[in-house]
Amino acid sequence: MSDRDIKAMAEHMEAPQFEGRAFTTPPELTKASVAIVTSASLHHEDQQDFDPADEGYRVLDNRKRDFQSGHWSPNFDSSGFAADMNTVIPLDRLDELAGQGKIGKVSDTHLSYAGNQFDLSAIRMDSGPAGARLLKEAGVDVVLLTPV
Amino acid sequence: MSTLAHVFEAAGLATIALGSVRKQMEGAAPPRGLLCDFPMGRPMGKPDDAEFQHRVLAHAFSLLGSAEPVIEEFTEAITEENHEVLSCPMPARSNDDLHPAIDELRGLRQAYNRGIAKYGNRAGTGRTIGVDELEAAFEALVRVSEGTPWKQAGIPGIPSRVAQDIRGYYDMAALGLSDHIPSAWAGTNWFFDQTEGGELILAARAAMRDAGEKRPIWFYMTPGDR
Repeated sequence: MSDRDIKAMAEHMEAPQFEGRAFTTPPELTKASVAIVTSASLHHEDQQDFDPADEGYRVLDNRKRDFQSGHWSPNFDSSGFAADMNTVIPLDRLDELAGQGKIGKVSDTHLSYAGNQFDLSAIRMDSGPAGARLLKEAGVDVVLLTPV
Repeated sequence: MSTLAHVFEAAGLATIALGSVRKQMEGAAPPRGLLCDFPMGRPMGKPDDAEFQHRVLAHAFSLLGSAEPVIEEFTEAITEENHEVLSCPMPARSNDDLHPAIDELRGLRQAYNRGIAKYGNRAGTGRTIGVDELEAAFEALVRVSEGTPWKQAGIPGIPSRVAQDIRGYYDMAALGLSDHIPSAWAGTNWFFDQTEGGELILAARAAMRDAGEKRPIWFYMTPGDR
């Protein structure tokens, strides 16, 4: 398997198009609450696994780091995440940045979606906005998006 | 990720999207994007390398200072990852009465246990079947490889998901056998090219394909180029 081969396959997938590009100006990073949203299909041990075409998300509790991969695609390396969660969801690194005062705080809440999606309409119209509302209500200012 | 970036920004959240596929990122044009030429599945680049991960984060967060949409490229690419040939000391055959894949599965159990003890079970087994159910899955896959239709062979779940648990078992065994975290795809290549378990999945998959089963049932049992 070549990573180049997999990326070449992904290059041929149609990228989603947006008419406009919303742009939110964040507060100073040193005062911002930062969350991670990943498409790695992560869930806690006690949460439901992802279905093959799961358009929903799982709410990840920052205090529990028992993340498991529920991704359905075979086309990525999972050994990096298996050995170090920060390869996908760098919460230890955010903790260190918060400790150094470089970010305001690490959010208590993070989200995970399933990256193996071809039809993004439900995420665009339903679960995406719902996840955004949840993060806003949790006081999040900045979101780092990590793809798998 | 870029879709969520657009949706979240519209809701008042500032986002930075990491991405490793240039055409996808440039086409979807997230408000802030950092293109990282890292292996798929490793968006922060290097496991167990805090300094490297901090460099990625520092560049990502620096994009928040831009007054307008921006896409930049992280300067450190990881392109040598495909060259490592993982060499794991494999257990010798211990029971010639067993199918070689099942004999191997049993022989790797201690290595798997070491991998789980050291790293936890984030991506090992348990999606559909637990570690103690793998042997039954192997027996079913042997039957499929010998011509039994997959629905009658007793595969304990959706074939692609069962194959993920098997691949996860070998990934964790490789971590238990290796003195370092293998580079991306090294464990996968070892599994499919050098182990009896990988050969069994490839054989079962080929038998399902040749029997005319629907493509989604067998295709996703392995990475797409297999």
